[in-house]
Amino acid sequence: MSEVFTKGMARNIYYGGSVFFILLFLVLTFDTSRELPERDNRGAIDETVALGKRVWEENNCVGCHSLMGEGAYFAPELANVYDRFGKSTEAIKGFIASRPVDGIPGRRSMPQFNLSEEELEAIAQFLKYASEIDDADWPPNIQG
Amino acid sequence: MQYQSQAVAKPYFIAAIGLFVAQVLFGLILGLQYVVGDFLFPEIPFNVARMVHTNLLIVWLLFGFMGATYFLVPEESERELFSPRLAMALFWIFLIAGALTVLGYLLVPYAGLARMTGNELLPTMGREFLEQPTITKVGIVIVALGFLFNVGMTILAGRKTVVNLVLLTGLVGLAVLFLFSFYNPDNLVLDKFFWWWVVHLWVEGVWELILGSILAFVLIKTTGVDREVVEKWLYVIIAMALITGIIGTGHHYYWIGTPEYWQWLGSIFSALEPIPFFMMTIFAFNMVNQRKREHPNKAAVLWALGTGVMAFLGAGVWGFMHTLSPINYYTHGTQITAAHGHMAFYGAYAMIVMCIISYAMPILRGEVAANRRAQVLEMWSFWLMTVSMVFITLFLTGAGILQVWLQRYSEAPQAFMVVQDKIAMFYWMRELSGVVFLIGLVCYVISFFVKAGEEPVAAAEPNAA
Repeated sequence: MSEVFTKGMARNIYYGGSVFFILLFLVLTFDTSRELPERDNRGAIDETVALGKRVWEENNCVGCHSLMGEGAYFAPELANVYDRFGKSTEAIKGFIASRPVDGIPGRRSMPQFNLSEEELEAIAQFLKYASEIDDADWPPNIQG
Repeated sequence: MQYQSQAVAKPYFIAAIGLFVAQVLFGLILGLQYVVGDFLFPEIPFNVARMVHTNLLIVWLLFGFMGATYFLVPEESERELFSPRLAMALFWIFLIAGALTVLGYLLVPYAGLARMTGNELLPTMGREFLEQPTITKVGIVIVALGFLFNVGMTILAGRKTVVNLVLLTGLVGLAVLFLFSFYNPDNLVLDKFFWWWVVHLWVEGVWELILGSILAFVLIKTTGVDREVVEKWLYVIIAMALITGIIGTGHHYYWIGTPEYWQWLGSIFSALEPIPFFMMTIFAFNMVNQRKREHPNKAAVLWALGTGVMAFLGAGVWGFMHTLSPINYYTHGTQITAAHGHMAFYGAYAMIVMCIISYAMPILRGEVAANRRAQVLEMWSFWLMTVSMVFITLFLTGAGILQVWLQRYSEAPQAFMVVQDKIAMFYWMRELSGVVFLIGLVCYVISFFVKAGEEPVAAAEPNAA
């Protein structure tokens, strides 16, 4: 780089640019937080859904599945599993509860987590809540 | 070694390499589980192996960053480290806490680990990359604070160079942003929104400052190019990194319930994110071309050039490939993401750590550079790992394209597991490439133990850069 463009100028771009974009990011964050109530289905969050999120976290579901596309890619997307299972929380509970302890020979299998009835209901309600968040029509189709 | 206290870097580097080996072994387990679904089931289910794989990656990179810092800060500040004893104490705390956490993942069911560590008091577990028990997270914060104090005191009392200050800024940013890992609301959208403040603003924000400053340091040392020139480059690179990367966070806010203007902001700014990586490549090659001296450590120079190129390909090109929101609508959360993640982390962060280790380790062992035979083996390991990572990325990209087509794009979308079976061939090829990667890594480890041959010293290398 030539002498026309000095180190001082480079430094000013760094400081000025970073400060400007950090501030812009904070403004956008503030605006997002104001718009979220319209989209994030917070009305559905009750004690059961909150417990469901704990169950989701404490069994590390995201270690195999994705939820709104985030997580691992070893097992199906779950943000729309409620829709895929015919809008039935019972179907979700039944699937989780019926996983074989020793897996399926040669194939991927979800572990048996031995969830209680309360936990099963909670995780199913949590996945229902997640499916009803307005996420710009993602995923593209029912297969996730 | 100019300063005695630089020696504390050595155990950090050794730990980093050891954990790297473990990370790759778990990577091979995961790769096999993709095609032999019941491999190690139910003893080590996929989620556990993945947690170990990704957490080890983060921990060994942090060991590498800390080692790099302890090595270069005294030299840049022109004084001894504030407290080598604190540095060693933190080393053992971090290593033991890390080992206990990984053992916890492997030996206890995750829900049990959550119960044992009191996750209900402050639930932070079970989110991707932030799976550590809350108590481990607190430990990480304590180690980070002690580390920053030690480094900060050294820099404050000594010469303040641009390399030093940029590195410190990156490290402070790393510590501060990690605090968002303690924020875990019941509202899934808010959780995800701020989760990215740790994950994205680390790897596409402050870590680039750390990467840039380590690269600048190695280039100053190995090429002898005037510091003024290097520092100007460094400023421009990190300016572009932050200008594009901060709003670039928006490419994670397309499909998680956040307002749709993020699709515009995220697409535009993250389309510019390859720029700093491209500049890093140009920077490294320019400095090496304009070198004022022939540094005997050819391997370190190779890593410096390699990290620029591979970071540009992995983070820049493979990131750009699926960052525009209309494309990301189809590729989000598929093997395309995995392909990008692998090459980006290897190119940008694994390679910069191996670069500084390559430069510093011989000096820490009382030599200017490793002997020729050791360097040749190290360069073999460079090519084996780098080329196999390119293939891992290509095979995952192939798998991803097919997955997108069959599961998301075609007229009759097929179920996830049906599609997984159809693309199994690509997973086998990926696993094979992973084995080559491991061979490369083994060569890398062996290269530290290779003794000089019998070649007469005087006849050595006329200049083969």
